[in-house]
Amino acid sequence: MEQSVEAKLKEFDVEGYTHGVRRRDRLFEIAGLIATLFVLTFLFAVSVDLLIDGWIRLKEPSFYTSFPSRFPDQAGILSAWVGTLYVMAGALFWAIVLGIPAGIYLEEYGGKGKIARIIEANISNLAAVPSIVYGLLALGVFVYRFKFGESVLTAGLTLGLLMLPVVVVSTRESIRRIPRSIREAAYALGATRWETLVHHILPYSLGGILTGLIIGASRAIGETAPLITIGALTFIAFLPPAPWEDFIGMLKSPFTVLPIQMFNWVSRPQEEFHYNAAAAGFVLLVLAFLMNSIAFYIRFKVRRKYQW
Amino acid sequence: MVNPAKMLEERKTVQSAGPSKVKLEVKNFNFYYGSFHALKNINFPIHEKKVTAIIGPSGCGKTTLLRAFNRMHDLYPGARYEGEILMHPDEVNLVDSKTDPLRVRMRIGMVFQKPNPFPKSIYENVAYGLKIRGIKNKKLLDEAVEKALVGAALWDEVKDRLHTNAYSLSGGQQQRLCIARAIAVEPEVLLFDEPTSALDPISTAKIEDLIVELKQRVTIVIVTHNMQQAARISDYTAFMYLGELVEFGPTEKIFTKPEKKLTEDYITGRFG
Repeated sequence: MEQSVEAKLKEFDVEGYTHGVRRRDRLFEIAGLIATLFVLTFLFAVSVDLLIDGWIRLKEPSFYTSFPSRFPDQAGILSAWVGTLYVMAGALFWAIVLGIPAGIYLEEYGGKGKIARIIEANISNLAAVPSIVYGLLALGVFVYRFKFGESVLTAGLTLGLLMLPVVVVSTRESIRRIPRSIREAAYALGATRWETLVHHILPYSLGGILTGLIIGASRAIGETAPLITIGALTFIAFLPPAPWEDFIGMLKSPFTVLPIQMFNWVSRPQEEFHYNAAAAGFVLLVLAFLMNSIAFYIRFKVRRKYQW
Repeated sequence: MVNPAKMLEERKTVQSAGPSKVKLEVKNFNFYYGSFHALKNINFPIHEKKVTAIIGPSGCGKTTLLRAFNRMHDLYPGARYEGEILMHPDEVNLVDSKTDPLRVRMRIGMVFQKPNPFPKSIYENVAYGLKIRGIKNKKLLDEAVEKALVGAALWDEVKDRLHTNAYSLSGGQQQRLCIARAIAVEPEVLLFDEPTSALDPISTAKIEDLIVELKQRVTIVIVTHNMQQAARISDYTAFMYLGELVEFGPTEKIFTKPEKKLTEDYITGRFG
């Protein structure tokens, strides 16, 4: 027999329904909590494990001020962490100089037609290209074609390219998040496109842009494969010249970075070298964590300043 | 059924003296979004230092027409103007492709439907238009900001916190801040796009009083879907329907003796 909606609603078991729904909510809450705890525990375990294994080296100040060595207890990460700093500075430079303007152009000036959509999809796809492919590209273009050598410059360019898709996409998206009404407010007052961009759009989207930059940098700082591909050395017993003394020399200098140093130590047979690898891994983790904290802080600052 | 004559009883008027000059003249104006013919052959004048209300049901093109006055449509692709909107006294055709939209916006200000202050301080919001016009002198800026905030009836409420974020203000205060921001640069014409549709009745009343005050200084065009509002504050009313201007005239006449049946039906609430 057909029942009317009214009759169905009258029969509806409110008690039973709410009880069931509550239980489902509760179940999901517990499942979510377990997943979160699992992730956190895993991260925590990795960090603590590295810390314990590497502690014997981490506590030695000489670990940070010594070059690599045949003797595990004398080997340090000086050339690796200095190399990481130089290479990351280069990568950030290229990512900022190329990525942010490209993102701004595509969002603000580029058309909204079919070609723009194809370009957009391809830039997003670039983020999925394996990093070793960037290494091959860099080997062909920067090392052989432009003759930049196996240098800090080549490494910076390579990692900068690797960061580009993330930076371009995050720049576009944070610009897009600014409400149309705010742009119109600026234009209605007689602001030019440039003024609207510099006075409003960029400052208000800075938080998102910087976040993208640091997410890209966090990925780049741990990269090993592309740098080995372009010929980074695994054993370096000197530092690049200081940039304020010999900038070109610094750019052309060979280098190593923390993950490569780590990789090198892990592949040694002596167990003592593995402690060094753990210690270097912990330093890398701290650097990445530090970068994320900076991103978090900047976002917090910018959010507070520009809220709507 | 509404009695339109009743609406006029609540009129808020500041009598401006004598017959007024024409500030803007819409002549054979057509507007297209791509192939869509949004505004069809519009003709009517906008009188100097008067309030002209544009009313009509949703989708009739009233906001589209308003946004043509300051060339907002130029920000988006596919917009095309035809005909003229002449601005006196220099007879410049605002919608001519040779007229730089920046110069139009320098002379014609706009207040939007939803308050849209910049996420900056109250002071920075009001000073912005002056700064992009090259005024850097702190003392001049301070004076102009105060004058604009007084003019927008907001000064007393914000004078002790000029450097706090504009978003700490209530919706009604934000809208008056947007008015202050617009009048700070002394525009010749001020466009209002349903400025009170997002506000409570008390804030609405304040904004309406303010608009009536402002017409001593500036020519005002206001789009509203609220007929009572048009009756209360406007001197002239334009009624639009389906992209066409149905009737234009002094507000008293439109609300008491409209010439067209369609206008009368809309005013008396038979549709809309």
